[in-house]
Amino acid sequence: MNGTTLSRPRPMANAWGTLHSFFGELRREPLGFIGLMLIVALILVAILAPWIAPYSPSRQSLSEVLQPPSVAHWMGTDEFGRDILSRLIWGAQITMRTVLSVTAIVGPIGLLIGVTAGYFGGRVDAVLMRITDIVLSFPSLILALAFAAALGAGLGTAIIAISLTAWPPIARLARAEALIVRNTDYVAAARLYGASNLRLLTLYIAPMCIPSVVVRLTLNMATITLTAASLGFLGLGAQPPMPEWGAMISAGRRFMLDQWWVAVMPGFAILFTSLAFNVVGDALRDVLDPRHTKN
Amino acid sequence: MASNSETSVAAAWGGRIGQLVLSLFALIAVTFVIGRLLPTDPVGAIVGELASPEAYAAMRERLGLDQPVVVQFGRYIWNLLHGDLGVAALTGRPVTEDLALAFPATLELATLAVIISFVLGVPLGLAAALNRDSWIDQFARIISLVGHSIPVFWFGIVGLVIFYAGLGWVGGPGRVDVYFEGLVPSVTGMILIDTLLAGETEIFWNALSHIILPALMLAYAAMAYITRMTRAFTLEQIGQDYVTAAKAKGASPARLLFRHILPNISVQLVTILAISYGGLLEGAVVTEIVFSWPGLGQYMTSALLIGDMNAVLASTIMIGVVFMTLNFLSDIAYSMLDPRTQEKR
Repeated sequence: MNGTTLSRPRPMANAWGTLHSFFGELRREPLGFIGLMLIVALILVAILAPWIAPYSPSRQSLSEVLQPPSVAHWMGTDEFGRDILSRLIWGAQITMRTVLSVTAIVGPIGLLIGVTAGYFGGRVDAVLMRITDIVLSFPSLILALAFAAALGAGLGTAIIAISLTAWPPIARLARAEALIVRNTDYVAAARLYGASNLRLLTLYIAPMCIPSVVVRLTLNMATITLTAASLGFLGLGAQPPMPEWGAMISAGRRFMLDQWWVAVMPGFAILFTSLAFNVVGDALRDVLDPRHTKN
Repeated sequence: MASNSETSVAAAWGGRIGQLVLSLFALIAVTFVIGRLLPTDPVGAIVGELASPEAYAAMRERLGLDQPVVVQFGRYIWNLLHGDLGVAALTGRPVTEDLALAFPATLELATLAVIISFVLGVPLGLAAALNRDSWIDQFARIISLVGHSIPVFWFGIVGLVIFYAGLGWVGGPGRVDVYFEGLVPSVTGMILIDTLLAGETEIFWNALSHIILPALMLAYAAMAYITRMTRAFTLEQIGQDYVTAAKAKGASPARLLFRHILPNISVQLVTILAISYGGLLEGAVVTEIVFSWPGLGQYMTSALLIGDMNAVLASTIMIGVVFMTLNFLSDIAYSMLDPRTQEKR
């Protein structure tokens, strides 16, 4: 092993480099920067909820039922006199938990399936991609609904139901990347040195697919936020009294014509969250994936 | 050469149809499995807790649950193919009848929405691409970003608060005002067409004032997608040599657009039309609840809440079949209309 051997690129070192250039690029892309700040703020809000929420999310106050936005209650109160702002702040925890859980399930599964298909090719590839295409052709929200209905409503069910239909785009992407990477010189070199398939897959190929998978996962977070909110709205996600944003809209719907703020305020939380994920995902794609750069 | 390309076209068709059939089969299998996942005991639900073991066994046999799973699955498919989807606990009617009532309402809503999204989205995407980085491009970008991020059910509520409760410009939830309900005989199940067939112009205008808001709200998400794609397709064409050549020959911007660019992106537009149509059907499910629209979504969610799995699974299959067929048609349209995709093979 001297200077003439081809060494495996260090994807993590690359990742730091790209991260660095990413922040450099972001300064020129104000929208993406704002999106990133929004997400950071959202994570902070979720973590610090117990300290920054002005009231307890479950504190009922029958003398303050359905109050319009005021100095005491910036976003008004709901039908139990609970402070809507405080509930939204606590709800950030639920949204973040859902989004991160689905991502943590879907990312590795998609990567595994895609990389395996791309690396082995042939029949393995054909079978895996056929399955991926089938799941991709399902109407995902409807299927998630049916799953949630069968398994019983709840946050855990919602996370599983969303995950079941969210992995195919990741798998396809990882496969496309693996198809490119498997033909590179350093992989050939490693194979000559007798690296096993497992070693090649996990140490040489999969890490190189991670950056584009991360981009795709970020873009997916917007969809996950919306799907989770839809399930909550339909009564199939987190159950009341949990302050889930979609469920809050559903509860506020009864009062929408007279006390609009009960249903409208949580929607802004959902809108800004998924907007932030979308904007950051777009910016990430521009920076990390030269093929999609705005010509 | 000719025969060669013909066989490859036939093979491609065969492959696509095979994929469609396989997907439909998988969808049915998934709904079958979901039906099995139910934590409740279907036999116990019917005979009750106090039933004797004999009565229990008899009901179990009647439902076919004593058979091996493979046989049950075969029977499930057999029944499906004969249009027998069971009885809905929700209405006490066969699910097929319910679906036949609900589907036209959803179809009407989604169709109007797809028309609106196309009529608004394509020009906006074209304008954005032709005036790159201008204010209209930025506007289109923001419109489409928000459209990709907005929860459609919430948007419906906001729309109702502003345009119905606040301004009174449109009709409220439901398909027509209460006093018009049931006056028009149902022929197609689509109220706009039925009222016109019956010559009831007053009810037609009333129905239009009711459908316009949900259709607009629903159309927005699809419009965001169509705008974005139209812009991307057009930019791709603008970069091509033939456009530069046409410009060099002195073609006017209008001629450039209508004679050169539009024909070249029309196939791609047809493709995304079919895809957005499928997406709208899905979006309709949550929109219908907000607007009390008596379609598939309303039906499915009412069934969900009482755990009526016959109705839920049948609706899932119904929406899935339409969704997949639309994607299939978009694929076919693409390969049939675009000569370039045939040359490649």
